[in-house]
Amino acid sequence: MSASLRTDGAREISSPERSGSVLHAWVTTVDHKKLGILYIAAGLLFFVIGGIEAIMMRAQLAQAANTLLEPQEFNRLFTMHGTTMVFLVGMPIVTGFGNYLIPLMIGARDMAFPRLNAWGFWMFLFGGLVLYMSYFASMGLYGAGTAPDVGWFAYSPLAGKAFSRGNATDYWILGILISGFGSISGAINMLTTTLTMRCPGMTMNRLPLFVWMMLVVSFLMLLALPVLTGAQVMLLFDRFLGAHFFDTQAGGDAVLWQHFFWFFGHPEVYILMIPGFAYASEIIPVFSRKVIFGYSFMVAATLAIGLVAVGVWAHHMFTVGMGQGLNIWFAVITMLVGVPTGIKLFNWIATMYGGRIQLRMPMVFCIAFLGQFLIAGLTGILLSGAPLNWQLSDSYFVVAHFHYVLIGGLVFTVFAACYYWFPKMTGRMLSEKIGRWHFWLFFIGFHLTFTTMHVQGVLGMPRRIYTYPAERGWEVWNAISSTGAILQGLGVACFFVAVIVAFRRPAQAGPDPWNAWTLEWSTSSPPPAYNFLSLPEVRSRRPLWDLKHPDDPDWEHE
Amino acid sequence: MREGVTSHPGNEGHGRGRAVIALLLGSWIGPASVHAQGPVPSILDPVAQPAQAVLDYGLLLVLVCAVIFVLVMGALVVTVIRFRARAGDGEREPPQVYGSDQLELAWTVAPVLVVIVLGLITAGRIVALQKSEAPAGSLAIRVTGHQWWWELEYPEYGFTTANELHLPVGRVAFLELESQDVIHSFWLPQLSGKTDLIPNRRNTMWIEPHQVGMVVGQCAEYCGTQHANMLLRVFIHEEAEFERWARDQQKEARTLPGTEAGRAIFANTACVNCHTVRGVSEIGRFGPDLTHLMSRTTLAAGAASNDRANLIDWIGNPDHFKPGARMPAMKLDSAQVAQVADYLASLE
Repeated sequence: MSASLRTDGAREISSPERSGSVLHAWVTTVDHKKLGILYIAAGLLFFVIGGIEAIMMRAQLAQAANTLLEPQEFNRLFTMHGTTMVFLVGMPIVTGFGNYLIPLMIGARDMAFPRLNAWGFWMFLFGGLVLYMSYFASMGLYGAGTAPDVGWFAYSPLAGKAFSRGNATDYWILGILISGFGSISGAINMLTTTLTMRCPGMTMNRLPLFVWMMLVVSFLMLLALPVLTGAQVMLLFDRFLGAHFFDTQAGGDAVLWQHFFWFFGHPEVYILMIPGFAYASEIIPVFSRKVIFGYSFMVAATLAIGLVAVGVWAHHMFTVGMGQGLNIWFAVITMLVGVPTGIKLFNWIATMYGGRIQLRMPMVFCIAFLGQFLIAGLTGILLSGAPLNWQLSDSYFVVAHFHYVLIGGLVFTVFAACYYWFPKMTGRMLSEKIGRWHFWLFFIGFHLTFTTMHVQGVLGMPRRIYTYPAERGWEVWNAISSTGAILQGLGVACFFVAVIVAFRRPAQAGPDPWNAWTLEWSTSSPPPAYNFLSLPEVRSRRPLWDLKHPDDPDWEHE
Repeated sequence: MREGVTSHPGNEGHGRGRAVIALLLGSWIGPASVHAQGPVPSILDPVAQPAQAVLDYGLLLVLVCAVIFVLVMGALVVTVIRFRARAGDGEREPPQVYGSDQLELAWTVAPVLVVIVLGLITAGRIVALQKSEAPAGSLAIRVTGHQWWWELEYPEYGFTTANELHLPVGRVAFLELESQDVIHSFWLPQLSGKTDLIPNRRNTMWIEPHQVGMVVGQCAEYCGTQHANMLLRVFIHEEAEFERWARDQQKEARTLPGTEAGRAIFANTACVNCHTVRGVSEIGRFGPDLTHLMSRTTLAAGAASNDRANLIDWIGNPDHFKPGARMPAMKLDSAQVAQVADYLASLE
């Protein structure tokens, strides 16, 4: 009885009559699913903006001594590109999938703090808008502005008042600080939801790996983001209140900022990368038709990565002149990250081994991810060797490495997640045919752009230069890189075409289009506002497997 | 000797390859630059220690990583091909395998052993290559980073130059690295890895060249508008040749007949607030020392080659070569610019 009452109430909210009330419903929503979709949609919007910035930079670098862009225009582009992709694309998209899926996967009706959840989203969005406001307002006059040009890690003293005049850097500080509050609240929410709102039978030992990994991500966010926020407040004090934390002209310490920034910045890499592992850990078993291999070792490896992630930050600083002892410590601990990461890779391959691998779009993106992440991990080992890092640090080799991590690792798995959960979110399937175009254009473009960048780095090309002399021998590699950027852009365009096409077709995905095993597939697509008619009760890690195979349920093997 | 450019093995076949790829890539590559080829600052082509030792160490790491790559990528590819779904598979699910403690143990212990070995080798290399004290008999050089040029002081010889470093072959040069403004990074890929120049700190670096010639490098830490045009050149000489260059640098600036007008303009305008010309004015510290300007091959930290025409261009409008450069346009008329250029062009 009570269930049908709820159903009626939900219908009123989710099927509004007038278009004005559609907007009203989205703006005022506290539903974790709508907020999740808002996070992902806003993240994709910023992804397009950051991508256009990247293509403009690649156009400038395609030729030696090119004059397409002014130096300052280029410097603003790489600052905005990096800041956008990390804070306004990576963070909201991983938070968005977490928001959408954690309650559904643990059999809950919403997040623990729905209003805080909405607050977090709007803080992120307005933080992003504050950053982009700098283009119009950072000179203090209406319509007079420039974007920040201090790089996405804003090294002091370059970001201090003496060398960064005007207010563009203040927009950078405030925009990221505000969106950081949103991320911190999101982390608190995901953590509390996972720890307190699991449905009957959903012990920690039965949590889907996705939820386990987002739990570790939430811990890392809580640990790392406040350090950045604090450092940014100190930088604001330097710029406006006459403090001298990082002001070297008054005895401040330039290296202190680097320690603060990378104490945030390195865990941030895992905050962005572990969700990629989370998507792969759900998708690979379903499309191999096999249970995940070594569940508890996957959990342990994730915890190990989370632990080591907070102890390696100064491997970004091998060239600042740390002593031998610190260099050895950070080199060895960084190499150690390879062990739990390797365990994950081996377990994913072991999951596929002996399975029936269905090459649907989510799986295709995941397989590419496995190969690319292997390369990213191995170039990470090369960079962790401090003596070699003295050569490769701040060169295009590093640019290649972290784009292998963040595109080859994260973006590929995000696309996998989009193809996989889009039917759940909308009730519609994304076209496999357009998906193939998307994949191959993006895949070939990605490798053209970033495989070559390893070569530029080895040939001595530093990052963040707007021009280079023709006789350096870098031009041909840069031209290849730039060509790849266009292919990547076309690939992403295909993705949006697939989304538009999907919305022009009827919703007929059904609740469980992939024949999957976790709880989100037990409810309709899209799920009703209350998620589940009655709260499910689970007895194993794959409740839908148990339902579909009563003769051989999972709980007999766990 | 100034033009003594090292020949770089492996560059010969490069031209044809470039032309082919240029054709493939169509309009991306400017036609004029297809044939331009200078020294490539490749870390694969070291001409000094510690770059050689770093390369040897790096190749060892690459070898280990290549073996891991082949094994894991091989396993991935074989798995995907062998276990892909086929038409006749039917509805039955494959056997469910939940894990294996033995396998997990194996692929945990093996990487740990690799890390221990690589860690020990790395620690050994760091101890061997990182030196904070000057070795006996080394040549002391003080490098100061500026937005956006390099101040190079030879304290034992008592002179200062800029942007072009001269080193004797076979002798250790010990560099002290400091910054006047923001963080820069000193990087000569064929000589050594990079080390940052940080305000309020003193970093050190050593170089022992073992081959005569010219190598290039540049600032590797983003330092503002003209980070891209903070280039470095290093000329490595035989010991006697280096001593002759150093003795020439020690001399005061000369005044050739016919350049007095330019010299007067230089000495009586704001030029001297930033630039020192020993024997004329020695108060300027913000800009490069110009005492022996014409012994350098480039202007504006490598933004242009150093000749009279470019000097005129540079003095008249610094933004032309280097938009955003700290040197102001001095509002001289073209005759005055030509006179100053004539004077500067005489400072050999």
